[in-house]
Amino acid sequence: MPDAPAPTSHALAARLRSVNKSFGDGGSRLQVLKSIDLDVRCGDITMLVGPSGCGKTTLLSIIAGTLSVDSGSSEVNVFDQDLLKMSTRQTTKFRSTSIGFIFQAFNLIPTLTCTENVSVPLLIQGKSTRAAEKRAREVLDQVGLGDRTKHRPTQLSGGQQQRVAIARALVHEPRLIICDEPTAALDAKNGTLVMELFEKVARSPDRAVLIVTHDNRIFSHADRIAAMDDGKIVEVHDVTETNPLPEHLRHHE
Amino acid sequence: MLRLALKMLFGDTAKFLMLVAGIVFATFLMAQQSAVFCGLMSWTTATLKNVPAPIWVVEAKVEQVNETNPLLDTDVARVRSVDSVAWAAPIYSNILRARLANGSFKIVQMIGIDATTFAGAPVKIKEGNVYDLRLPHAVIIDDLAVKRLAEERGKEVKLGDTFEINDQEARVVGIADTVQSFTGGPYVWTTYERALQYAPPQRKMLSAVIAAPREGISETQCAQDIARETGLKAYLNRGFSFGDDQDFNTSTVWWYVKNTGIPFSFGITVAIGFIVGVAISSQTFYSFVLEHMKHLGALKAMGASTWTLCLMLLTQAFTVGFIGYGIGLFFTAMFAFPALKNEQPPFYMPELVPPIVFGVIVFICGLSALLGIWRVARLEPAMVFRG
Repeated sequence: MPDAPAPTSHALAARLRSVNKSFGDGGSRLQVLKSIDLDVRCGDITMLVGPSGCGKTTLLSIIAGTLSVDSGSSEVNVFDQDLLKMSTRQTTKFRSTSIGFIFQAFNLIPTLTCTENVSVPLLIQGKSTRAAEKRAREVLDQVGLGDRTKHRPTQLSGGQQQRVAIARALVHEPRLIICDEPTAALDAKNGTLVMELFEKVARSPDRAVLIVTHDNRIFSHADRIAAMDDGKIVEVHDVTETNPLPEHLRHHE
Repeated sequence: MLRLALKMLFGDTAKFLMLVAGIVFATFLMAQQSAVFCGLMSWTTATLKNVPAPIWVVEAKVEQVNETNPLLDTDVARVRSVDSVAWAAPIYSNILRARLANGSFKIVQMIGIDATTFAGAPVKIKEGNVYDLRLPHAVIIDDLAVKRLAEERGKEVKLGDTFEINDQEARVVGIADTVQSFTGGPYVWTTYERALQYAPPQRKMLSAVIAAPREGISETQCAQDIARETGLKAYLNRGFSFGDDQDFNTSTVWWYVKNTGIPFSFGITVAIGFIVGVAISSQTFYSFVLEHMKHLGALKAMGASTWTLCLMLLTQAFTVGFIGYGIGLFFTAMFAFPALKNEQPPFYMPELVPPIVFGVIVFICGLSALLGIWRVARLEPAMVFRG
């Protein structure tokens, strides 16, 4: 698999066309995504919002290369790589090098220290433990946890755990960061603090950030909001100073 | 990644200890019970070790050394008359009762040997002299007799002490170092003729004839010649070996395996060790994998291949296996030292037992890992987004 070309600011990070996804067979078949078209741009923080069960997480999984789409004339391009034409092995490798993940429940391994947890993506890439942990400590320092490198996740607060998860998502310098409800497990204050930190360390002209969220308090961090309902994208709004978030999206849940 | 796998394993102390305990239990039970079984089987051939001779000639239907179908005294001469035989001597072997000074009785394994050649005398005499067997009422006893015959006396039996066998005096002139008999009775040697006086009379009294081949003739050939020319059964005495139907040790062990419940009883215990090992290890490891499923899913989403995750599970399973096996063998050794020192209970661990037990432990660990691998292989990385 050839390396993807380096993206330029506001270049397309992901391009989805006519994406359909169903679960189940026969009478129990449920179409979750219905002909989705979406562009995710480098340099932007894009948020996917919508009610529960509207297909946000399914769409996120497809962009992350962890879920296939229904057969048909769909297109899922991430950094000019056609995910639908990749083998499982190629997709796995692509994820390990190009995508950083932040999960709702953090998914930190409780028996590993913060440094070890953060070094996991580099170890998956085959980097040496020493090099991986050195880099992990640097990133932990960036997220303000330089003094917690030897702590285990259970010794940290929820906000601190999510900061470790952010460090883990950034440690291998991925070009796309995928976040699934990153503030759902945090209280309002911590959610805001984590998002401010995340925006500070993750925003980059070469990187796209895609966030699935219900939390309207963090909408203000978005450059672009795609609202979903019943498996479709019903509205895409580019947020600028002259084009602020409309009231109905501000209270969208 | 393998280092992380080990840290994940060691970090979950309760599960790790449970897994190791399962393997320790399985290893100990399988190794210790196998060794006790082999020790017991070794005891069944104690007479062949304590009465050394390359060839044992017995009645044609005899299958094991503790079974005595008496021969005619003339059979010794018939064996001697075979061309390839260098020498042949009579053996009397039977269980008799010794009467102690306080009137109590103990069973003894009486061995009567040729008074001229002393063929069949104990291999290692610790005290006394085999030639003293020519003295009146003389017997040589073994270590066990020193303790057993002393139980009611308050002090150990020593040279010069006496006891009675079938109302006749027996005077200790020697103490030998022997392998313990299967019946638990101590060995008592005397001359063949005196053994016949101690024993209740029967029409035929000769238990076996021991023999050796002439120089240049193999033991196998000599045994075949004896069998052909006398019609008796001539066994070799070269030690247990699978499939060696000419060896008396092998024949004796197989007789006990086929005709007693001993292997079944030990087999059940070994099987329980195996089943408990499988049950505890598989169940605990599977539960360990299930508990870490969301972390494994996250690793898979982050780009860890299924192969890497499988390798992590195999590393965890086999690490537990190796640690548990080592501790299990250590406990077996702790059992073995006093058993070997006191010669009770029987304990003999053939070289094959540790590698076989190791193989079984590897199988148990492989099976445990396989259950986890089955789950991990089917794990969709997208599941981590489903909460």
